[in-house]
Amino acid sequence: MRSPMHSEALLHVDDLRTYFHTRAGTVRAVDGVSFSIGKGETLGIVGESGSGKSVACYSILRLIPQPPGRFESGRAMFDRVDLLHCSDRELQAIRGNRLSMIFQDPMTSLNPYMRIGDQVIEPLLIHRDVSRAKAWALGVSALREVGIQDAENRMRSYPHEFSGGMRQRVMIAMALITKPELLIADEPTTALDVTVQAQILELLGKMQEERGTAVIFITHDIGIVSGFCDRALVMYAGRVLEAAPTALLFYEPKHPYNQALQRAIPALNATGRELYTIPGAPPDASKSIAGCPFAARCEYALEKCLSSEILLKEVAPQHFSACLRVQLGEIDLTPASAVELSANN
Amino acid sequence: MLRFIVGRLLQMIPVLLIIATLTFFMIRLAPGGPFDAEKSVSPEIRKNLERYYHMVNADGTPRSLWLQLGDYLRNLARGDLGPSSKYSSRTVNELIAESFPISAELAFWSLLLALALGLPAGIIASLRPNSPSDYIPSSFAMAGISVPNFVIGPLLVLFFALKLQWVRVAGWDDWIDRILPSITLGLLYAAYLARLTRGGMLEILSQDFIRTARAKGASSLRVILKHALRGGLVPVVSYLGPAVAGLVTGSFVVESIFQIPGLGRYFVNAAFNRDYTMVLGAVLFYAALIVLFNLVVDVVLVWMDPKQKFA
Repeated sequence: MRSPMHSEALLHVDDLRTYFHTRAGTVRAVDGVSFSIGKGETLGIVGESGSGKSVACYSILRLIPQPPGRFESGRAMFDRVDLLHCSDRELQAIRGNRLSMIFQDPMTSLNPYMRIGDQVIEPLLIHRDVSRAKAWALGVSALREVGIQDAENRMRSYPHEFSGGMRQRVMIAMALITKPELLIADEPTTALDVTVQAQILELLGKMQEERGTAVIFITHDIGIVSGFCDRALVMYAGRVLEAAPTALLFYEPKHPYNQALQRAIPALNATGRELYTIPGAPPDASKSIAGCPFAARCEYALEKCLSSEILLKEVAPQHFSACLRVQLGEIDLTPASAVELSANN
Repeated sequence: MLRFIVGRLLQMIPVLLIIATLTFFMIRLAPGGPFDAEKSVSPEIRKNLERYYHMVNADGTPRSLWLQLGDYLRNLARGDLGPSSKYSSRTVNELIAESFPISAELAFWSLLLALALGLPAGIIASLRPNSPSDYIPSSFAMAGISVPNFVIGPLLVLFFALKLQWVRVAGWDDWIDRILPSITLGLLYAAYLARLTRGGMLEILSQDFIRTARAKGASSLRVILKHALRGGLVPVVSYLGPAVAGLVTGSFVVESIFQIPGLGRYFVNAAFNRDYTMVLGAVLFYAALIVLFNLVVDVVLVWMDPKQKFA
């Protein structure tokens, strides 16, 4: 477990701002995000749809269409290379080689016109000096490793001949075939049904353990974060509101948004009561927000939350919060489980 | 695949029968007949002509259209398209055999030019949509579609043949005679191909799997050639089937401008002359080519898209 500013960071993202300039206005998808991830670490990024978690990670690999997207500020340092501003050649040498990505929808993320084998070995052909035959053999064993039966023949199949879970296994094999130092997984289990989700998570965990790959795991499912990640960021309206080791994030929330999110998880023991929902809706990303983006929906918000600039600060060892009142020690948030218990009694 | 091809070829038979029957009646519904233009034809000669073409029975009584259709189809089954109603000494088979290679050659050069210009222009335009590298080829394509070839052709003649005197005004003897007609005809198809390629590529380049390819570290060139082109060219290939059939059967306008003895001119002149058998022959030939080239396109599309199956 490391602090976000750890010096041995593999990837260090600093004040990333990705805006989309459209005819309808400027959308501030990512608005000042900083984090870092160390070697072999698993970092979760949690947030609801539109919170900017995916855009933040796509920005790191420069997979944002520019225009309309633009990096307004920030750096993403990966081994002394700023991924946001390096040359295309430098970026291409890192992408798919030392830094890989798997995507949310395995149905559309594989090329329907290419054989599975050709796609799986493509990173090797691009980044390694290997013969096609050697790469093909490595591809077969990569498919075997992710649990695909009859790998030799399946290499010659096309994506439409695979189920969703199998395609995600292919994506994982493809992303890890170059043994990258960092894997970014963008909601890799969202499009899959629950039993397959568990298998894919288990596979990812196993592969990570064997290879020591660091993983950034983007998800809207807090449950997955708690089981899978060492540390997590909670994102909202393009900003990081809280960052902490996962256990702390759950048992000692230091931001009212995180606390509210956890109250909204259906509990196994609480039956017959309406599920808690956070009142209001996320702010319009096309408007610039002066203070805390969550203030309008926050039950603890005061006048000053709407106006003063919000910064992520360490409020407890390794625990960072962007809540002004928590930083000032004005409020002490009870964990969600305690809230549930008191409501039950 | 063989089953598929044989099946489709067998389907051609009823298609051609229906087209032959419809065309047979339609051309005869048109006012006038093949011998009306020649004012000097005496009733005797006319009777003889009609007998020669089996439009009357041996005894001079009118032969019913159904029987005439029967005659025609019987000959058609043997591959005989009959004598031309206009050039009584020549058969339609001869006329097509003579003029088709000329039109086909013009089509070949035009198509080569169209592909060489249209595909790269369309691909370049698709890479940065709504930027100068899109606007420039796209506006040329728009202009190419909008300006008819009876304007482009004479303009080319005016400049390259009359003013610069690099080539001859018209004719079809030397290789140099191929240049202007091929450009005139090819530019139009280049414009269509550029637009179709741009559309197809834009569609593919916005797909998730293109993002995956970029995430793998593929260069822009690799993304285009290995990942996008195959899917992006699907609309182009679909269009090429009927386009090639149209091209090889000749362009009346271009063949007229440059005095090329191709099939296109025979085709249109036959309609004006009420050359019943030539019109029928040309229509059937064109229809057969369309069916054939569409079959080729369908086979190619199955090969291009692994999700497609022969059915």
